[in-house]
Amino acid sequence: MIDVLVIGGGNAALCAALMAREAGASVLLLEAAPREWRGGNSPHTRNLRCMHDVPQDVLIEAYPEEEYWQDLLKVTGGLTNEKLARMAIRASATCRDWMRQHGVHFQPPLSGALHVARTNAFFMGGGKALMNAYYRSAEKLGVQVRYNAPVDAIELDDGRFKAVRIGAERIEAKACVLAAGGFESNREWLREAWGMNESGEWPADNFLIRGTRFNMGVLLKFMIEAGADPVGDPGQSHCVAIDARAPLYDGGICTRVDCVSLGIMLNRNAERFYDEGEDFWPKRYAIWGRLVAGQPGQIGYSIIDAKAVGRFMPPVFPGAKADTLPELARLLGLNEDAFVNTVEAFNAACRVGTFDHTALDDCHTDGLTPAKTHWALPLDTPPYYGYTLRPGITFTYLGLKVNEQAAVHFGGVPSANLFVAGEMMAGNVLGKGYTAGVGMAIGTAFGRIAGTQAAAAATGMKKENAHAAA
Amino acid sequence: MPRLEALTREASELALGIIPLNADEAEVGRVLQICNACRYCEGFCAVFPAMTRRLEFGKADIHYLSNLCHNCGSCLHACQYAPPHEFAVNVPKAMATVRGKTYADYAWPAAMGALYKRNGLTLSLATAAGLALFLLLAVMRQGSLIHAPLAGDFYAVFPHNLMATMFGIVFGFSMLALMIGVARFWRDVTPGMASSDASLSAAVEATDNVLRLKYLGGGHGEGCNNADDAFTLWRKRFHHFTFYGFMLCFASTSVATLYHYLLKLDAPYALTSLPVLLGITGGIGLLIGPAGLLWLNLQRHPAHGDARQKPMDRGFIALLFLISLTGLALMWWRDSGFMALLLAVHLGVVLALFLTLPYGKFAHGFYRGAALLKFAIEKRMPDRLRLESE
Repeated sequence: MIDVLVIGGGNAALCAALMAREAGASVLLLEAAPREWRGGNSPHTRNLRCMHDVPQDVLIEAYPEEEYWQDLLKVTGGLTNEKLARMAIRASATCRDWMRQHGVHFQPPLSGALHVARTNAFFMGGGKALMNAYYRSAEKLGVQVRYNAPVDAIELDDGRFKAVRIGAERIEAKACVLAAGGFESNREWLREAWGMNESGEWPADNFLIRGTRFNMGVLLKFMIEAGADPVGDPGQSHCVAIDARAPLYDGGICTRVDCVSLGIMLNRNAERFYDEGEDFWPKRYAIWGRLVAGQPGQIGYSIIDAKAVGRFMPPVFPGAKADTLPELARLLGLNEDAFVNTVEAFNAACRVGTFDHTALDDCHTDGLTPAKTHWALPLDTPPYYGYTLRPGITFTYLGLKVNEQAAVHFGGVPSANLFVAGEMMAGNVLGKGYTAGVGMAIGTAFGRIAGTQAAAAATGMKKENAHAAA
Repeated sequence: MPRLEALTREASELALGIIPLNADEAEVGRVLQICNACRYCEGFCAVFPAMTRRLEFGKADIHYLSNLCHNCGSCLHACQYAPPHEFAVNVPKAMATVRGKTYADYAWPAAMGALYKRNGLTLSLATAAGLALFLLLAVMRQGSLIHAPLAGDFYAVFPHNLMATMFGIVFGFSMLALMIGVARFWRDVTPGMASSDASLSAAVEATDNVLRLKYLGGGHGEGCNNADDAFTLWRKRFHHFTFYGFMLCFASTSVATLYHYLLKLDAPYALTSLPVLLGITGGIGLLIGPAGLLWLNLQRHPAHGDARQKPMDRGFIALLFLISLTGLALMWWRDSGFMALLLAVHLGVVLALFLTLPYGKFAHGFYRGAALLKFAIEKRMPDRLRLESE
């Protein structure tokens, strides 16, 4: 019988498998996806938020535990478990040497992401390079990896893990780590979670999924129905406004459109609906998914003029481009008069001081609702550009409750040999909101804990069996 | 309809003075647009930092970036948008396809650029011609290929001046043709020169990048990819064996020429003499290098680079190997009755190489060197883009 079974194939799963193997356990990893799509959402990640008291290799200055904790407290609005959060934070200070041993390379921040130079260590080549390194290391160490192996049921006996089922196949193990991701790829479940709006629309039908198509939430649902204690809100998900032409799945980083704060955002009635200049883009980009989801048809239009070009990251798809405002409205399929009226009203309300996109400047609107409180420059320099945006789901927050051992709980009682890591339990630390690199910090910390605990549970059983045999 | 749209766009671009892209260049443009919105590969090599200085990719940019790419494969294996993703991003392949075309497009005389199209055939024909020429010459001068031992005196078979003139002319022409090609390429993509201090330090950096093959190091020093997503330093090492082996052989020939004309020291030279020592050391390097490169090439991941260029790559590798093998054999048996035959064969393959220098894989070093120099200059200039994102 295998010692440790790891279900999932992303960052947390591999961290668990590697730690369990290093602890001497035999490990089988079951990844639902085929090899070319392995890794869940991890191939789309790019960095790890790391606590450090002094400058460390690619990290500048210091990012002490308390500041990290305060950042987390702020973004989650208090929806976090302090004990578990601080565990993840502390682990982020020490895990990078271990990651390097398994072939992960770090680099200074990418151009366009210098604002996290102090707090985040970037993976050279991004998350897919990291996953490749982990899989290579796992295979070298003798972890068995199976692709195309979607687990659909788990056999439990009074909170103890017994076996898993893949269709008719049954695999037993002494301990198990669940690291199979959230449910963001499950359209039905998203539909249910987001419900119907006043206009009778199902908003989730118009969502794009930024990551993998394999996070169907099968095991999350199974475990909750089997009585595992849940954590987090099924209606919560990290949701960004992305280019409407993005693929339905796996659009990843490049489908973001970073010019929202440089222009105005309209709904399909050509009306503005929120302050585009409320705060710096890195702090505000993640609110626009939900804002667009709240608009009719779940669609938004970011409008800029020539002055904005070269001030934001180049988007993956070219925007609609026109020399006049009515022409741009036509290209975007918006009502010309309404569009021109909105832009002219905005232009007239702009009070231009000294434009500075790197600061909360003094360019704002006056007497306009909603106001644009910074970076308000009239749209008056052709060509004009328009980007059509849709909500893009990055990940979901619903998960399973854990303790410091990453154990699954049934009615408040921790399981002796069933553990959970990654997106399936991140909701313990991250009840809502997000800040760059935290998902990987949680996945790495609790993946490693879960692997270690599972190996201990399995080899502890080994000893018991040896006693029994004697 | 899309066809008509494309034609219309092309016509309007021409009217604006924008040179339209061919399909291969358009693919590089398409891929770079995706890469420039992602940028995860920035740490691997020079291509991506050069890319991030631009928002649009015209013909000249695409030629430049394609020649800056070393086909190391790192970005392909790290790519979240690589096939089977619908974006089907494959930077090394797109770049290699354009790169191969730039060699042909910039070749001088222009008509000779066609030799890149079927480069395996080109090299074979050049080799056959070289061999035939020298074998025939040997027979004409000796009456037969096998002769009484001549104590290693090559000039008894081919007079020194005949060899020097022949190879001098061919080599001179080839170098001129290469330089004209590279100059055309450079003119297309030339950046504004920085100050002379900066251009000196840029030249030093580019030379260092060439001599150390920095960009086959993968950005982390563990090397590049070959058969799969694992890193290997062997591509770099075998390339070094090849390059430095070739340079030592070249040095051996140059030193021998100087001995002959300046010091009036006539061949054959002793085993312990500088030309022979350089030649033997270089020759061994030029056996190990190409053999290793061929071995790696045979195992190369099928998605790397442009498969249609394999005949060019392997033909060039084989030719270098043959030059070294025949050179060492000639050294070994120079005192025997087979010297004339071995000499004719060696000179035949060397001539084939010299003839095809500007119309084969050899050119890649020159175009890449030029691209690296451009990058070194460019990076010393202020970046007008200061982009910040989520």
